[in-house]
Amino acid sequence: MAETKLELPVDREIDASKMQVSDEIAIQITGMNKWYGSFHVLRDIDMVVNRGERIVVCGPSGSGKSTLIRCINRLEEHQAGQIIVDGTELTGDLKNIDKVRSEVGMVFQHFNLFPHLTILENCTLAPIWVRKVPKKEAEEIAMHFLEKVKIPEQALKYPGQLSGGQQQRVAIARSLCMRPRIMLFDEPTSALDPEMIKEVLDTMIALAEEGMTMICVTHEMGFAQAVANRVIFMDQGQIVEQNEPREFFNNPQSERTKLFLSQILGH
Amino acid sequence: MSDTHAQTVAYVRDSMLPEQAPPIAEKGAIKWLRENLFSGWLNTILTVLSLLTIWYALAAIGPWLLNTVWNAQSLRECREVLDGASGACFAVIRDRWHQLLFGFYPPQYYWRPVLSLVLLFVALAPVLFSQLPRKLLGFSALYPFVAYHLLWGGSVWLPVSVILGFVLGYVAFRVLHRFAPLLAITGAIAVPVLWWILFAAGFTSAMTSIAPIGLEFVRSDRFGGFLISLVIGVTGISLSLPIGILLALGRQSDMVFVKSVCVMVIEFIRGVPLITLLFTASLLLNYFLPPGTTFDLILRVIIMVTLFASAYMAEVIRGGLAALPKGQYEAADALGLDYWKAQRLIIMPQALKISIPGIVNTFIGLFKDTTLVVFIGLLDPIGLSNAIRADTDWNGIYWELFIFIGALFFIFCFGMSRYSMYLERRLKTDHK
Amino acid sequence: MSTSDDLRIAASAPKRAFRFSMLLYDQRYRSITIQVFFLFMLMLGAAWLIDNTVNNLRALGRDFSFAFLSAPAGYDINQRPIEYHSQMTHGRAALVGFLNTIILAVLACLLATVLGVIAGVLRLSNNWIVGRLMTVYIEVFRNIPTLLWILIFGAIMTEAMPAPSAFRGDDPAASMLFNDAVPITNRGVYVPSIEFIRDLGDLRVGPIAPSLNWLLIFFVIIAGIYANKRLIDHATAVQNATGVRPKTWWKSLLVLLGPVIVIFIGLGAYLDYPELRGFNFAGGTHLRNSLIAMWLGLGIYTGAFVAENVRAGILAISKGQTEAAFALGLQPGKTMRLVILPQALRVIIPPLISQYLNITKNTSLGLAVGYMDLRSTLGGITINQTGRELEGMLLMMLIYLAISLTISGAMNVYNSRVKLKER
Repeated sequence: MAETKLELPVDREIDASKMQVSDEIAIQITGMNKWYGSFHVLRDIDMVVNRGERIVVCGPSGSGKSTLIRCINRLEEHQAGQIIVDGTELTGDLKNIDKVRSEVGMVFQHFNLFPHLTILENCTLAPIWVRKVPKKEAEEIAMHFLEKVKIPEQALKYPGQLSGGQQQRVAIARSLCMRPRIMLFDEPTSALDPEMIKEVLDTMIALAEEGMTMICVTHEMGFAQAVANRVIFMDQGQIVEQNEPREFFNNPQSERTKLFLSQILGH
Repeated sequence: MSDTHAQTVAYVRDSMLPEQAPPIAEKGAIKWLRENLFSGWLNTILTVLSLLTIWYALAAIGPWLLNTVWNAQSLRECREVLDGASGACFAVIRDRWHQLLFGFYPPQYYWRPVLSLVLLFVALAPVLFSQLPRKLLGFSALYPFVAYHLLWGGSVWLPVSVILGFVLGYVAFRVLHRFAPLLAITGAIAVPVLWWILFAAGFTSAMTSIAPIGLEFVRSDRFGGFLISLVIGVTGISLSLPIGILLALGRQSDMVFVKSVCVMVIEFIRGVPLITLLFTASLLLNYFLPPGTTFDLILRVIIMVTLFASAYMAEVIRGGLAALPKGQYEAADALGLDYWKAQRLIIMPQALKISIPGIVNTFIGLFKDTTLVVFIGLLDPIGLSNAIRADTDWNGIYWELFIFIGALFFIFCFGMSRYSMYLERRLKTDHK
Repeated sequence: MSTSDDLRIAASAPKRAFRFSMLLYDQRYRSITIQVFFLFMLMLGAAWLIDNTVNNLRALGRDFSFAFLSAPAGYDINQRPIEYHSQMTHGRAALVGFLNTIILAVLACLLATVLGVIAGVLRLSNNWIVGRLMTVYIEVFRNIPTLLWILIFGAIMTEAMPAPSAFRGDDPAASMLFNDAVPITNRGVYVPSIEFIRDLGDLRVGPIAPSLNWLLIFFVIIAGIYANKRLIDHATAVQNATGVRPKTWWKSLLVLLGPVIVIFIGLGAYLDYPELRGFNFAGGTHLRNSLIAMWLGLGIYTGAFVAENVRAGILAISKGQTEAAFALGLQPGKTMRLVILPQALRVIIPPLISQYLNITKNTSLGLAVGYMDLRSTLGGITINQTGRELEGMLLMMLIYLAISLTISGAMNVYNSRVKLKER
């Protein structure tokens, strides 16, 4: 079968050699089950994530992929099984939850910037109030990351004055200010107009090149093929297939995977 | 270090897992109780406090309510039947419910207000439910005259002569439109006004002597109870709609003078208590009108209530106009419609539809506020309860009357607010 | 054709001759014409109204003057926050009524806010019983007219409460609240009042004479609030510099309450308890039934509306804001304080101020239970006695209008200051 080359709407060179995976385990999920009432939304999830991995999770809507990554930073609670993040197990213990949340950053589909604070204040809020960093130092960190996502000039504006793509980049910078070791992306480009998807994907690729451990729920298959080292396909709350991208896109094994790929790539 | 490692081993699931039941502690009554009522010490305290409150209220009121006397002719009789025990005396409601609903309206004509109420819903239906045929709106336009005739009676030619005025105005508009639009508008206003001032009275008496059709006349001072509340409320709201629309459009206008006058009128009416406006109706309107004019008190009250409701209606409609996407105005302009056509055909229908929940809420507020007419001597339900208590038979009773009046208001207003919430939900899906 | 010719042609475009129909159909003149016409009709209408009024007044043999305000009133007012007796002028009676209106409005606004916030927040709780109980409260109070509630509370106070004589004797039939301090009777509620051994005298300011003791306490409280603000600013500065915020709660308490307590002790404050003497209670402050009925009626009724506003405000903040804050590691308390509450307040405060406006206007219902507010004095007894309906009503409406415009002006200022900036 000929190799499918998927479109990636960025015009930069991707330096794959910079993306290395280590043997250290970042996230370990064993036998995780979750119910919404009596609806079994996540079934028997077993997953290990090493440091430096870039994982793309895809699947039809309702497959539980967003719920999965939201369980990793305890925005959702699991009822059975174990989730261990960076050596800390996620239970009802509030101290553990706080510890995990300061190590794991999350970027949302609808940005969720705080509209009553400036961009700079959005980024310095958590360092000041959670890590107790002095204000000046927090602002320096914030400007550093705002430069990284290429919008330092917007620092004193309010979220309502920025475009969607700019807001999402600010959201990424805001999470990075807490120096997380793992980044979770929940459909980061789904709410953006096509011309803005490019700038956000750019930022995510730069992040990957620096060795960040990332788990992305996304429909951008071009990004998966170019950047990910593992693609996980979920359906009906369970992991159906996972493989490295080349094998995944060219040689899907399960019928469900084939159906999904034909729908999402077939147009 | 490499890009692939032990975990990237390809994996394919061969059989899908079936759905399983959640662990026992996760469902059922125990879990619900634990999560909802006792999930923390604060919640537990609140639950206990609430249960105590409910128990205390039931214990205090329950026996009194259950022990009620339904058949008695006076408070003294009630007390005799109860023989010292504590109990309610709802016999007063049984005795006087018709007064609380209709006031002193002649009982043999009760069918007339009841018919008006039924026809009110018929007239409202095409406005609120867009699936109904538009021809029914013709009945809605006629309804005010039908209702007036049913409630007050008198010769049928009086409302007919008023309707004739509107018809003549429409005819004048059509005829003069061929010459100049401005003449048409002037004619459409001047002709009906001249007809009403000069000829309507003559026409009515002439036709009445030829063909005396009509219902028995009922004087305004026999109206009372919920009949008055509904008449003032419904009339006030429906008349305030066109005035409110004009005020809202004026407030939004670019013309500085028109805008400032409308703002001043709206802010003045909203800044004073309704009671002062009602006092104006009963005491002061006589000063502002030519010497010698006397007006029915209900009519005066309806005029002031209409003005009051118009100001609030203007604010509601302004909100509706603001919620309309700006593109609608621009599209209307691009199509070449002038200001009034654009308003009539495109802007107003949509803005009014969006505002319907706000309009219903204003109506609920107005309906509750009609109880204030007790201060100027009209016999609304509260005024009637005072009158009932003044009767030696029922002197000293108060709870049962308050409960009955409160329950009727509650049923009506709660029903209306549920309906408005339903409308809001439905309109939200219409208007993405 | 040379370009200079083009320019010359373009520069001297012919002016169209002015025709009268342009007044109506030309955009430039049309709006002016309409406004002039409108102004003309308005002045015509105003002239007609004024002419009628003058004619009617003349026919009745009356003139239009406010002189009645300096005539002696001839009636007593039961609740007098300032000195008043029946020989004082109508103007002073109106002032007493106005002060009563303000007192009632402030009390009712406080009650409505406290009740509304508690009920609104509890309505959102996941405790099913509490949520339903709050819903019952909100729906029952919102759908029954204000006047009815005021009458109900009035009836509760006058009919269901014990008479003062029930408190008599060693083993009385009725007992007081708070360890024999607050009797609730059918003539009103008596609360202990704060009196001073040392009296600094009164300060004459125009028609009123507030006590210097209370003025001193008022200024000390203001100073305490200011000092507290400086304390908090200092804590923020320390946090900005080092990252650690010093604990301020005990310092705030000290700064706010300490000086006030010192002043109270210095002036020799003591509590004057109400005691049963003869047929009535004496001593303490007498809160009449009319005040209690209006206060409870307006406060609890409006509290239901405030609860809905609070609930709508909190719900208006999307769940994503809470999730983003949690994802950043902020704990629930800080999330509420730094992220949710600032946004919720922007949505809650404008309708809250509208409710305050409604309370102020609804104080005019006081006549139903005998509360002597502005309407009962100026718009009630004064008008009845002097027959000056037109002047009295006008003055009363203007005063209410002034209050309303002040309150809504304050709201507009708040709104423009906290508006979220958008493109």
